[in-house]
Amino acid sequence: MCLALPARVVTLVDALNAVVDLGGVRKEVSIALTPEAQVGDYVIVHVGHAIGMIDPEEAERTLALFAELGEMNEALAQGAQP
Amino acid sequence: MKYIDEFRDGEIAQRLAQRIAAELQPGRRYSFMEFCGGHTHAISRYGIAELLPEAVHMIHGPGCPVCVLPIGRIDQAIDLALNRGAIVCTYGDTMRVPASHSLSLMKAKARGADIRMVYSAADALKVARTHPEREVVFFAIGFETTTPPTALVIQQAAKEDLPNFSVLCCHVLTPAAITHILNSPEVAQYGTVPIDGFVGPAHVSIVIGSAPYEGFAEAYRQPVVIAGFEPLDVMQAILMLVRQVNDGRAVVENEFTRAVTREGNLAAQHIVNDVFEPRDHFEWRGLGEVPHSALKIRPAYARFDAEQRFGLQYQGVPDHKQCDCGAILRGVKRPTDCKLFGTVCTPENPMGSCMVSSEGACAAHYSYGRFRDIPVVAA
Repeated sequence: MCLALPARVVTLVDALNAVVDLGGVRKEVSIALTPEAQVGDYVIVHVGHAIGMIDPEEAERTLALFAELGEMNEALAQGAQP
Repeated sequence: MKYIDEFRDGEIAQRLAQRIAAELQPGRRYSFMEFCGGHTHAISRYGIAELLPEAVHMIHGPGCPVCVLPIGRIDQAIDLALNRGAIVCTYGDTMRVPASHSLSLMKAKARGADIRMVYSAADALKVARTHPEREVVFFAIGFETTTPPTALVIQQAAKEDLPNFSVLCCHVLTPAAITHILNSPEVAQYGTVPIDGFVGPAHVSIVIGSAPYEGFAEAYRQPVVIAGFEPLDVMQAILMLVRQVNDGRAVVENEFTRAVTREGNLAAQHIVNDVFEPRDHFEWRGLGEVPHSALKIRPAYARFDAEQRFGLQYQGVPDHKQCDCGAILRGVKRPTDCKLFGTVCTPENPMGSCMVSSEGACAAHYSYGRFRDIPVVAA
């Protein structure tokens, strides 16, 4: 029910609507709830409405956190074999 | 797709699982409730349950709006379509929820009721514009994620002064339900499960922010980690919960920082506050009457309130006697503990609401997990 997907804003139709691209599929959605959305931004689309924005820097930070895990696990494995 | 594929990487999931295992304290059990059906679905679909160490135990919560919708509310919608001549528009998920007299919205449609599945609340408004001679009711369900679009269509209907459009509002609130699981009279009836922390809502939190859970975390000494709905988000949140438990902390942390802020979406909150106000209480399937857990339409928009327009009175209806949805929604029982699971109750023919939506605990286990229950026997 709370299904929502990140989609890229392709064009702003008017102040309240935009066309978004979702893995190649284009669709017009309402941006009344995310008035700050600009072309190129990623919005989170739920039942035909953008309900929020993706912060690309925060997404990178989360992914970087995953990358660090590899190093932590390697250190752990080395620690187990003195 | 960007921002999805990166968060489904199997190798990183393995690494996260190793990390979780490495940080567990020996001899300790960790029980976490994922509140949202979206998380329940991810845990079943991506095999997260298998990746986790034995000592980490996930309990499915009641965060599936379809699952917690009580029979009495669906009866109201069916009555409007079947006996009052209204066109009822609703999201696809609600169509198959079992109601009284062996009916569902789908079966009522087969009996001739004019019930239409819509993708967006705005589509319901279009139906009202196209049929000015008919009453059109939007049967609105959902958590805070889905509420702002409903508020927008009510504002729009007011702007256009649409005389034939109304909303049967069944929008419910997440923080009230989370609190209720730990603190309600029914706990005595169903018993309770030990919970060491919560995986907090993803898309609900985009709208309301992370702040509304802070009071809960403090008052009940429960760690909450808000997580996205992708598998790596869930795994990372579990790791963060393990760390909080180990450190004896109970605070709200946010794993889903790419979409959730502390304040949430203020534009959406403003629109919701303009149209809706809290209800004193609302019946949830499985949780019973929960105080201040739902929204109703403000008097300023009363003419778009289907309950007032049609003089609807709410009548509670008990669930099927054998159905364990109540205990399952509280995490006290697992889907396989229910006698009806996989026998008379299947996704094709659901008896209880947890089998209806793909986010329901029973439907998720039926679709992705039921073969795990059968031991592998060599031929």
